[in-house]
Amino acid sequence: MSSVPRFWRNIGVRYNLEGTRCKECEEYFYPPRNVCVNCRRMGELEPYKFKGTGEIVSYTLIHTAAKGFEDQAPYTLAIIKLDEGPCLTSQVIGDIDKIQIGTRVKSVFRKLGEDGERGMIYYGTKFVPLDP
Amino acid sequence: MPGIKARSDWPENGVDIMRDVAIIGVKNTKFGELWECSLRDIVVEAGIGAIQDSSVSGKDIDALYIGNMSGGRFIDQEHIGALIADYSGLSRNLHVPATRVEAACASGGLALRQAIMSVASGYSDIVVAAGAEKMTDVGSDEASSALAAAADREWEGMAGATFPGLYAMIARLHMHRYGTTSEQLAEVAVKNHRNGCLNPIAQYKHAITVDDVLNSIMVADPLHIFDCSPITDGASALVLAPAEIARKYSDTPIYIKAIAQASDTIALHDRRDITTLDASVVAAKRAYSMAKLAPEDIDLVEVHDCFTIAEICAIEDLGFAEKGKGGVVTENGETAIGGRIPVNTSGGLKACGHPVGATGIKQAVEIVTQLRGDAGKRQVEGAEYGMTHNVGGSGATAVIHILSRER
Ligand SMILES: [Zn+2]
Repeated sequence: MSSVPRFWRNIGVRYNLEGTRCKECEEYFYPPRNVCVNCRRMGELEPYKFKGTGEIVSYTLIHTAAKGFEDQAPYTLAIIKLDEGPCLTSQVIGDIDKIQIGTRVKSVFRKLGEDGERGMIYYGTKFVPLDP
Repeated sequence: MPGIKARSDWPENGVDIMRDVAIIGVKNTKFGELWECSLRDIVVEAGIGAIQDSSVSGKDIDALYIGNMSGGRFIDQEHIGALIADYSGLSRNLHVPATRVEAACASGGLALRQAIMSVASGYSDIVVAAGAEKMTDVGSDEASSALAAAADREWEGMAGATFPGLYAMIARLHMHRYGTTSEQLAEVAVKNHRNGCLNPIAQYKHAITVDDVLNSIMVADPLHIFDCSPITDGASALVLAPAEIARKYSDTPIYIKAIAQASDTIALHDRRDITTLDASVVAAKRAYSMAKLAPEDIDLVEVHDCFTIAEICAIEDLGFAEKGKGGVVTENGETAIGGRIPVNTSGGLKACGHPVGATGIKQAVEIVTQLRGDAGKRQVEGAEYGMTHNVGGSGATAVIHILSRER
């Protein structure tokens, strides 16, 4: 974790999966974008809160942790395609043997990581498998 | 290519207004952990070596371009362009303009592209393009964190992503969709170590086996430590001149046939398909169009194998293997020296080493060495056309050059 203000600035986005939707082309964006990648200047973006369900596009079990995540290793990182369309990168918690490409998941609120120097603990969204 | 709006008309529009450019001098330093050398030491060694190789003199040099990803993080030094111009003896009396270029691991390739455009446009005649990174002054944790800055810090890094982790997700989906195996990934590392044994500057000059890769520690499943390129110190440089006067400085000028660059989303998760680097596909399309060549015409290629899976994706994206067949093609030996399309004769990023800012320039130095016929035991016989492919981050920047023995 590198920057306190940078994290807290986006706290609503991180806690509540708040993104945007373009009224013009109807594409959803997470994290929120202020410029639509399809319509650019002609697009009109409005806030949108994602439902928090989706499926795993791909995943890995990270053994050599990123800085600030050492105490969580090994941890499962995944690219998740939300049901509304956009993909994001997030940790998936629980038994890695229970997940595969295509596994349905839902968002949960959890500790993300910590900044050792400042003693800060960060919370945000992770995902868990939806029961079959 | 559905979903991609490639501006394939773009290079031909541009090519008419440019003049031809040649490479007239090249030099790599040794790649590895160079504890005794500073960044300025290695860039000056590479720069002076390239200038000597070309027979130009300092007062002929119109401009310097330097690829460097993260001097600020690795050696706590910015303003790298000015530093290098100074210690190359080009500042106090000659006041040669120097520009640092940054595009993460594609910084070197992009510095070369800027240098070529400067000569092609007619603005400059003799230009030095260099690339360098001094990565071992910080610990490997700090180096990994600096490299992670090439991804999206807020939306990948803050979720716990690492570079091996991002490429591991590419590998996992490639394996799932196309049946690529861990053994096939390992074959990339085995081949590149075999090539590295033949390259005097390579960081690793020892052969490895598939079992060595598979038994090495897991970094991010399915990637082992031997699937990853190392942390390296090194510098590379080359000298450019307008083609019409290149023979004044070199008996074996090598000509630039194409320069191409493309961008994609900074975050891997925003890509159309994570097993294809669309930036590589589009840049390759632009490059082939500009050179009026096809993949079959290319005799050898240096691709950006920051991870073994990256080489497999690259040979597919550049048109040397059908999509999904990169692993099989590698396993069959088609990318080995003596094979259908030799890939990474230098040893690649995996065995030659990956000083991030230098890599794109080193790739061009290797192709020039091969096209001149000076590559010794790793020589690709009769090579006419060579390609370089340099990638920033997980594929947000791709820079491609095609070089030729004939003008
Ligand atoms: Zn739109």
